[in-house]
Amino acid sequence: MGKKRKMPGLNTSSTADISFMLLIFFLTTTSMDTDAGLARTLPKPPEENQENNEMKVKERNILNIRINKDNYLLIGNDYATPEDVKERAKEFIKNEKNDPNLPEVISKKIKYLGRNVPVTDNHVISVQTDRGTDYGVYIIVQDALIQAYNELRDEFAFAEWHHHIEFCTEEEKAALREIYPQKISEAEPKKYGQAL
Amino acid sequence: MPEMNTSSLPDLIFTILFFFMMVTSMREVTMMVKVQKPQASQIEKLARKSCTSFIYIGQPTDMLKSQYGSGTRIQLNDRYAEANEVYDFIMADRASMAESDKPFYTVSMKVDHHTPMGIITDVKQVLRKAYALKIVYSSDKKKQ
Repeated sequence: MGKKRKMPGLNTSSTADISFMLLIFFLTTTSMDTDAGLARTLPKPPEENQENNEMKVKERNILNIRINKDNYLLIGNDYATPEDVKERAKEFIKNEKNDPNLPEVISKKIKYLGRNVPVTDNHVISVQTDRGTDYGVYIIVQDALIQAYNELRDEFAFAEWHHHIEFCTEEEKAALREIYPQKISEAEPKKYGQAL
Repeated sequence: MPEMNTSSLPDLIFTILFFFMMVTSMREVTMMVKVQKPQASQIEKLARKSCTSFIYIGQPTDMLKSQYGSGTRIQLNDRYAEANEVYDFIMADRASMAESDKPFYTVSMKVDHHTPMGIITDVKQVLRKAYALKIVYSSDKKKQ
């Protein structure tokens, strides 16, 4: 046998091209959009022999928000614009002055704080839409309501622990949820005016 | 002049490739309806994409408009459907899911902001009947 020859290196100059093609393939077939949105929980379906629960809620505990097919808003008995929703909802949920027309204030023991806090535990905000209402307007109202709750929780957190809600621990957040429970009712559909 | 050493170029490209494979996900369906999502400020990120079903509602895309008209349509997977067909779609989707994922089952509604509420209410009633109670109104972050 002659002397050992050195094995020539494999030509790898095209590997870059191949991987480029793979890269472009993945870039075109995949999407980066992470989905985000307003999370809601629907009520359970009504059972056959279920009594109408809505009658049991006291008048003062309900805030009715109605949107008609022309996207006009009615909060309680007043005409309103979508910008008013947040302030009205905050006033309603908090009922600072114990107004007899706003939801009843109950003293509730919050375990985490170890003391009683006045809360409006029985309040319900009901959003009713017409079949012709724009979905965009509905979302604006829903967004404003969630914003109202979040701002109230944030105000409470700042008054109590002197820091904002984003720095709260999980226990603190749970306590806040107990003090201001989110009660937005997904009302049964009603047909007011002919649309669609 | 000596040639530049390009032996590490494939490694570099592979790294980029793996990065993209990780942060992206396969496109689920081809859109048959035009959806311009509404804007909201209080949005939450979807926790798990693997246990989510998507329902698209809007007008047919420009290409399909000549064929299907401009009425609002519901899209499930790759076809148009009626509101009552949502029930079977949800049941089939949930049945194919791992048992441990089922409590987190969420329905994401991607709805165009000009859709009348009637069709959405119909879909919501069907979702209630199917016990798919966790829903997300898909929206974009509002610019301040």
